[in-house]
Amino acid sequence: MTNALPDNTGYVAAAYLVFFAVVLIYVVIMATKLARFERELTELDELADRQAEERERETVHS
Amino acid sequence: MLYGSRLRALSILTAVTLTTGFGLAFFYAPMDADQGFMQKIFYVHVPLAIVALCGFVFGGIMAIQHLRTGDSRYDLRSYVAIHLSLILGAGVLITGSIWAKASWGHWWVWDEPTLVSFLIVFLLYATYQPLRFSIEDPEKQARYASVFAIIAGAFVPLNFLAVRLAQSYTHPRVFATADGGLPAKMQLPFYICLIGMALLFATLWKYEMASKHTSAKLRSLRRKLGGDEAVAPRGRTASPSLGTGS
Repeated sequence: MTNALPDNTGYVAAAYLVFFAVVLIYVVIMATKLARFERELTELDELADRQAEERERETVHS
Repeated sequence: MLYGSRLRALSILTAVTLTTGFGLAFFYAPMDADQGFMQKIFYVHVPLAIVALCGFVFGGIMAIQHLRTGDSRYDLRSYVAIHLSLILGAGVLITGSIWAKASWGHWWVWDEPTLVSFLIVFLLYATYQPLRFSIEDPEKQARYASVFAIIAGAFVPLNFLAVRLAQSYTHPRVFATADGGLPAKMQLPFYICLIGMALLFATLWKYEMASKHTSAKLRSLRRKLGGDEAVAPRGRTASPSLGTGS
């Protein structure tokens, strides 16, 4: 074991950066999906509210 | 089944294990006498490769379960495992190329069995998604994809065998070598990195499974609230279709 070796810090940093980039890209994709789910859930929540209001109106009229 | 349960604990455990592993690799493991500092790539590249290959085998095992039971959940598990292993596999090829450039002065060496055998496995699995996409009928798609995953999964151990039989021992031997393999001070960081990488795979797999299930549940909810016309037709996709009850 010796320290008198050529310095390849750049290559080592590049390899670890690739790994972290892969993980980060995955996290970004998951975040995009999460945002889509939130949007869809809000839409469905509004739809459920509208349906509940309609049902309420129908029972008042009858 | 809720795939999102215990996801937070698993994510924290993954981050802690990987940080510890990389920390030990840089500050505890000794400098390699032959390769010097660039050997540190080994601690990210090899665990990534082992986990990617195990992920392909896991995909094959889930495919066997799918063919045995006919349960579409196993098809989804197999699909997600293979999808994830392909992403990790791309990482393996890139980090391997960087190591090759630093070590041999070339980005790719065709007479190195380790590299070429991994590339073959990667390219084989790269056809998995197009195969699925080419089959419109969801049931047929799931069945054919399972057969593919089993055959390709059986091919993966050949990769390990090729590494074992390789004449040029560029990669350090770790398991069951006559001369003892890695020194103890390198083994500890390596095993921790390997466990961390396996945990990362499990975490991302669970994230993806939870995402697919949530998507299916939202679709089912939309159908219940707005009727069939409220749900856009699924169209042709490589992704497995899920029953709403799953």
